[in-house]
Amino acid sequence: MELSPIWRRQWHTFRRNRRGLWSLYLFLVLFVLSLGAEFVANDKPILVRYQGELYMPVFNVYPETTFGGLFETEANYRDPYVAELINDDGWMLWPPIHYSYDTINYDLQVPAPAPPSAENWLGTDDQGRDVLARLIHGFRLSVLFGLILTVAASAIGIVVGAVQGYYGGWLDLAGQRFVEVWSSMPILYLIIVISSFVVPGFWTLLLILLLFSWMTLVDLVRAEFLRARNLDYVRAAQALGVRTPVILFRHMLPNAMVATLTYLPFVLNASVIMLTSLDFIGFGLPPGSPSLGELLGQGKANLHAPWLGLSAFVTLALMLSLLVFVGEAVRDAFDPRKYLAAERGETP
Amino acid sequence: MSLLSVRDLSIWFDDPSKPAVDGVDLDIEAGRMLALVGESGSGKSLTALSLIDLLPPGASRQVASLALEGEDVSGWPEARRRALRGGRIGTIFQEPLTALNPLHKVEKQIGEAIRVHQRLGREAVRRRCRELLAQVDLPASEDMLARYPHQLSGGQRQRVMIAMALANDPQLLIADEPTTALDVTIQETILDLLKRLQRERHLSILLISHDLGLVGRFAEEVAVMHRGRIVERGATEQVLNHPRDAYTRHLLDSEPAGRPDPLPADPPVLLRADDLAVHFPGRRRGWLGRRDTVAAVDGVSFQVHRGETLGVVGESGSGKSTVALALLRLIQARGKVVLLDQPLHELGARALRPWRRHMQVVFQDPYGSLNPRLTVSQAVEEGLRVHHKELDAGQRATRVRDLLAEVGLPADSGDRYPHEFSGGQRQRIAIARALVLEPDLLILDEPTSALDRSVQAQVLELLKTLQRRHGLSYVFISHDLKVVRAISHRLLVMRHGKVVEHGDTDRVFANPEDAYTRRLIDAAFSRDGKQAVAQ
Repeated sequence: MELSPIWRRQWHTFRRNRRGLWSLYLFLVLFVLSLGAEFVANDKPILVRYQGELYMPVFNVYPETTFGGLFETEANYRDPYVAELINDDGWMLWPPIHYSYDTINYDLQVPAPAPPSAENWLGTDDQGRDVLARLIHGFRLSVLFGLILTVAASAIGIVVGAVQGYYGGWLDLAGQRFVEVWSSMPILYLIIVISSFVVPGFWTLLLILLLFSWMTLVDLVRAEFLRARNLDYVRAAQALGVRTPVILFRHMLPNAMVATLTYLPFVLNASVIMLTSLDFIGFGLPPGSPSLGELLGQGKANLHAPWLGLSAFVTLALMLSLLVFVGEAVRDAFDPRKYLAAERGETP
Repeated sequence: MSLLSVRDLSIWFDDPSKPAVDGVDLDIEAGRMLALVGESGSGKSLTALSLIDLLPPGASRQVASLALEGEDVSGWPEARRRALRGGRIGTIFQEPLTALNPLHKVEKQIGEAIRVHQRLGREAVRRRCRELLAQVDLPASEDMLARYPHQLSGGQRQRVMIAMALANDPQLLIADEPTTALDVTIQETILDLLKRLQRERHLSILLISHDLGLVGRFAEEVAVMHRGRIVERGATEQVLNHPRDAYTRHLLDSEPAGRPDPLPADPPVLLRADDLAVHFPGRRRGWLGRRDTVAAVDGVSFQVHRGETLGVVGESGSGKSTVALALLRLIQARGKVVLLDQPLHELGARALRPWRRHMQVVFQDPYGSLNPRLTVSQAVEEGLRVHHKELDAGQRATRVRDLLAEVGLPADSGDRYPHEFSGGQRQRIAIARALVLEPDLLILDEPTSALDRSVQAQVLELLKTLQRRHGLSYVFISHDLKVVRAISHRLLVMRHGKVVEHGDTDRVFANPEDAYTRRLIDAAFSRDGKQAVAQ
């Protein structure tokens, strides 16, 4: 599909903002890398060659007996005995970090949390788990959680706002009042109450947060649609007999998306922060999940181990700053005054 | 010696080799009115704004000399030049609603203009405000001083603007399209006022306008601008009656003229509207009281025959555009609308849809009536997607291509986007979009009002050709009587939502029965003496 010239112009303006562009590239690289976290930080090798055959422990579970061991349970490749068995008649290709987010390093020379060393590059947390591995997996979890929440919340918000704005009248009035009441609910307390009788997993937590975060875009989209429904091209489409859903999605939504897209990076940021703070106070993801908030909490509990707090802080700060820079660049790209200036060759 | 004399003025945006104003010389004599005439994009407004350093951001100016009473002010420091604006040079803008601060009362608007340039006490400022109001024929009452802009009519707002411009006894008044946003009958009174002030105060006026009729009546001298250059200048009489330049002649020839093609005898009735009424909710009485209703259209009845053009004329607020929306059933309306013997008012939204292809619409604003994110062919073929689902993509493309050619657009238009086209071309696209379903009736809501005169003439010609070829009927809504006369067989004159006169165009123009109709016709035609009404 070819981009319409408006999008092309806005993409061009976005690219002129160097900081935003580099932030986007850096964020995408980090995100794509973290999507393959199993290949970066794992307690299983990526590839094993044993007695002339290839094994991929990342994808498949092999019992120890496969490699001439004793137990029917899954092979523990970090066990020196198993490693020796394999290395005697083949080789193993390890990820750069030999720990997954839940691997406990039992060979620590010092009591956990252990400081950074050649083995654990950013040290371990208070249960002996590798901090870097947890950061990588935690980054992926946070961003994915944030992305899903953002997309779902925006989709609901856009539809609700569009319907309110297009039909107006009583529907609009009732919708607005409902949104006002709904958004004054104290989310934090509700979650604390809910988590006292269910242990929230990834999806339940997502659902609960979604219930209370779809309102961000409603007002914005509603205002855009209220404006657009009196535009002549919408009237002309109505006069042609075009059906309402087509008018909403073909004529009005693309023109209302500008304001919406501007908000998305900031909504994503807010979602990530929400998850992190819930994890920090202990009402977030189930225990043991790789979570930046939980690591921050450990940093607070173990002030004598500054690598915990510092690592989590730097990761969060980097991620949120990148998103804010991208968001700023997107906002400027959609600002007609800015992109017209850019067309005239002035620096925005 | 001239009051203001400009030598070799050039203005450009990006590229000095493509100037928007290119080496303009101007001389304005004391006590005279000079009209700067041209179509949009000719650089006339830029020229005027550059005289008071109000160029838009991004514009650069170069001038050999800018002399006020013989003294070159172009090299003056910013503070001194600022004292000229609103001091010796007053300005009136086109749109009085946006030129006045909506949060300030009339007294403060005018008072501020005085205080910026003079040190006066409170009482003195107040006295001066009242004097100024009296001079612009507004009541110099407490009530008027305490009003906000939204409580004034368009004409009153423009008078307040003039009072502000006069606050410091300027020698030169720059009036940038001062009446374009106003109704014809009010235009007259505002220009009469300007003319009187010119005489009484020995004021020089630089009038920027696109309207040759208006200029012919009021200005002593005319300069015609075209593509950033002054192509002809001289006494108004001379330039308008004996133009030397080809472009001036072209402008004069673009004044709407001609008549609609004669109708066949006894054409069948295509559309009948009976007792059409549209009410909008008005102010609520008290907290829970009932809402008043405002009648935007009140008991309007008419018929349109096949192949006929019905002109609907009225000033802003007369309800003429609301009639269009009511006919199309895009707003709630009472009364009967019968199209091709099918009563549309009895149909629900779904049942109405198949009937929509018989009646299509073209709107006024060529920029707002096309979706900026759809290509021209996507926009035009949309009706086919709705009503002719049996056509495949290739057949649709053929139909669209033929139609674009018929409305006179270049062959490669289909894949381009609306912003690449001029106002007149966009209006052609909108016409193509309306015609794609081969409707019987086209409702044209001010289709030429946003266009320059010469483009207007071309669009009118296109509409006439299409009518001849396809036997189309038009409901042609306009405030411009000259345009309406050139295309309409019959005429409906509206005021305050009601029909005040209804009849054959020739009869109405020759012999208006209603006093309001007569005033409209006078205002539109008395300006250019050579074009008599009876003609």
